[in-house]
Amino acid sequence: MDTAQRTIGAPVLKLDNISLSFGGVKALSDISFDVREHEIRAIIGPNGAGKSSMLNVINGVYRPQKGTITFRGAVRRDMDPHDAAAHGIARTFQNIALFRGMSVLDNIMTGRNLKMHASFLEQAIWVGRARREELENRAKVEEVIDFLEIQHIRKIPVGRLPYGLQKRVELARALAAEPTMLLLDEPMAGMNVEEKQDMCRFVLDVNEQYGTTIVLIEHDMGVVMDISDRVVVLDYGKKIGDGPPDEIRSNQAVIDAYLGVAH
Amino acid sequence: MEERVDTFPRCLLHHAKVRPGHPAVREKDLGIWQTWTWGEVAAEVRALACGLAAEGFKRGMHLAINGDNRPRLYWSMAAAQALGGIPVPMYQDAPAADITYVLNDAEIAFAVVEDQEQVDKMQEAQPQVATLSHIYYDDPRGLRNYRNVTSFDRLQEIGREFDRAHPGFYEAEIAKGSPDDVAIMLYTSGTTGRPKGVCQAHSALISAAQGGIAFDHLTADESILSYLPMAWVGDNLFSYAQAMVAGFTINCPESGDTVMTDLREIGPTYYFAPPRVFENLLTQVMIRMEDAGAIKRALFHRFMKVAKACGAEVLDGQPVPLSDRLQYWLGNVLVYAPLRNVLGMSRIRVAYTAGAAIGPDLFRFYRSIGVNLKQLYGSTETCAYVCLQPDRGVKFDTVGLPAPGVEVKIGESGEVLVKGPMLLKEYYKRPDATAESIDAEGYFHTGDAGLFDAGGQLKIIDRAKDVGKLADGAMFAPNYIENKLKFFPHIKEAVAFGHGRGMVCAFINIDVGSVGNWAERRGLAYSGYTDLAQKAEVYGLIRECVEQVNAELATEGELAESQIHRFLILHKELDPDDDELTRTRKVRRGFVAEKYGVLVDAMYGGLASQHIETLVRFEDGRTNMVAADLRIEDARTLAAQPLKAA
Repeated sequence: MDTAQRTIGAPVLKLDNISLSFGGVKALSDISFDVREHEIRAIIGPNGAGKSSMLNVINGVYRPQKGTITFRGAVRRDMDPHDAAAHGIARTFQNIALFRGMSVLDNIMTGRNLKMHASFLEQAIWVGRARREELENRAKVEEVIDFLEIQHIRKIPVGRLPYGLQKRVELARALAAEPTMLLLDEPMAGMNVEEKQDMCRFVLDVNEQYGTTIVLIEHDMGVVMDISDRVVVLDYGKKIGDGPPDEIRSNQAVIDAYLGVAH
Repeated sequence: MEERVDTFPRCLLHHAKVRPGHPAVREKDLGIWQTWTWGEVAAEVRALACGLAAEGFKRGMHLAINGDNRPRLYWSMAAAQALGGIPVPMYQDAPAADITYVLNDAEIAFAVVEDQEQVDKMQEAQPQVATLSHIYYDDPRGLRNYRNVTSFDRLQEIGREFDRAHPGFYEAEIAKGSPDDVAIMLYTSGTTGRPKGVCQAHSALISAAQGGIAFDHLTADESILSYLPMAWVGDNLFSYAQAMVAGFTINCPESGDTVMTDLREIGPTYYFAPPRVFENLLTQVMIRMEDAGAIKRALFHRFMKVAKACGAEVLDGQPVPLSDRLQYWLGNVLVYAPLRNVLGMSRIRVAYTAGAAIGPDLFRFYRSIGVNLKQLYGSTETCAYVCLQPDRGVKFDTVGLPAPGVEVKIGESGEVLVKGPMLLKEYYKRPDATAESIDAEGYFHTGDAGLFDAGGQLKIIDRAKDVGKLADGAMFAPNYIENKLKFFPHIKEAVAFGHGRGMVCAFINIDVGSVGNWAERRGLAYSGYTDLAQKAEVYGLIRECVEQVNAELATEGELAESQIHRFLILHKELDPDDDELTRTRKVRRGFVAEKYGVLVDAMYGGLASQHIETLVRFEDGRTNMVAADLRIEDARTLAAQPLKAA
């Protein structure tokens, strides 16, 4: 269907000359790219190319040794995870990071943590502000549950769910924070065809309905080419391509990196 | 002046006047049950009807309705009827190709659908349906950038403006309606040939609803869960016609996957489900009991024995020894009441099942734990209202006594013939089919073979046209055999062959939930349905079931010849998307026999295995090849035994 009316705006996030190394290992070297408002931006590359490191730099888990990050006009050396969340960046993880013993509903409620201001004591006896906040936040969470069509597992502990649904719950938790930018680390890894299709639809719906900017890392080239507006390609910590999917598809350096080159 | 309550729009006005604050519809939305009273529903329907009128919907036109059971879709039915139009509910899981046929046949111009999925299907069908011009949707999600579709809210806004500009229009339209007008058009599932549109008048549905209400003493205080396809006559009678006549509350579940939870939260007093739903519920209970602690399990089995021995008798008010009665009382406190609660059946006064034969064990299970489960018989053409089982007159192998106002007789060929006010007006645009099924004396030919038992209750054997003969002339009733097989929890579907052949052979579909659990408990690893189905252990399990059926058949006179000699387990589940089942999940035997002709030949040819490749269609329309080498095994048959004296 046509999604042409979705307008992609000016860059909201700009990374300039980012370099990151762990001891002698250079994970990222001199990488620059930007992410525009409302777009779906993919980061791809073979194993160990530095994709997850890149995402971790964006939300402040790693501090790059060199380079600057410009987020919504503010230039900084590195991000701070709490700060990133407070500025509307939410993320999911490659290897699901949910509370396995807690219900789906409670897990998603944790995504609202930053929106709750009641004190520990108020929450313990559930009066006044705590009660009002919980009701408001629960209503928001129910919207997310409805959006991702997970009503039927609302009360089930996450640990008992199949992998594909756990991934969806993780996305729900990220969405519960009402992010303006969503970082997805391999949202479709390990899924079957049907689950992948569902996930693609949800990613597109989030982008369309809420206008959320999405940065995603993905292995499945087909998926990336289908849903993203622009793609950055990394290989051995270096940027080897950047542009719309069609351009990337015909980029010789990318083809070589993925298929290997005869030596 | 006496108020006439003889059409559905008038029923709605009546309830809005008599019980305006009484809940009419509930729907779980964003985790909370929302309620609309009869007064509110009347206002919603009014706005909607005026909106449709403003957009050009006229008396006699058809309104397509497609989606899950949503209050707004039920209101759309009422709105169309208020304008003298005819709602045509469709199966929400039917692919665009199936929908196209119905849209063209009914010359649909207006459609109200649930969500993006259904809008996509309508728009996909649109190029082939010249008449389709107006599409309205309930849930706006994902539809922001769609063209040429209008939201339900917008339609109602248009309606409210129109209503203000044309006072008295709505009342005048309702006043024009006559009880003989067609109220709804439902398409038959089409076990044979193309689906036919069955036109039912207001008077037919209302008389069927009134009959059922009187028979089971239903009141405005009943509560029912509406979760069956709206295109099915059963949902139409129970969730729409009876609710409109009696004024009781219908409850729409949150989604198809949450029905179990919603059932528990609502606790309906009146319940209707095809046997497969009762079967799934029981399978889930049994699986959970297997995983329960030792004490719970022991308690459960101990008291289920008691229930089996005397539960049904207690429910029927028959004499039961005091010691049994005491044990049953204790069992009720410890097991049956909590179990009914888990199943969402604590408040049920009357529950019905219909649509297919129900297994005796399954039927007895529900009755023995105190659920008043009964059977009824009917079809789309008869508003699902021909026979009903009375309280205290319930048998598992009959479908009950002729319902009030209905005449039933058995024709010369053994076919069940019925006559009454609930009969269809006609098949849409098919005078030939109408003339064929309603004879000169006004009897409708059901196409079912049946007989009356000593107590005057009707017993259905099979579809009249399905009853065939084996090569040696013995009667062959495939449905009867398949049902016996399907009564085993491990078997989901079965297809029996034998007409004109020397012996009976069968295809089996295992129930992947039940057999999967069985395999897990035995540490049997499998990768998917196809793999599980071909395990030698699974064949052993199914062979036991088949041989048990043979043992039963051996005692049933002429049917002893129908014992199953050979069987195989299919490599894929039979599916309506592959045309193997109808949308109401009845096996299309002829189609299956043709599609899997190699397998049938292999069974009769005495082969021990056969390679097959099959095209599988996924829900999104893509296809894939599935290939497998299927084993074919023999089952032991017994010598015919003399009929047991009853």
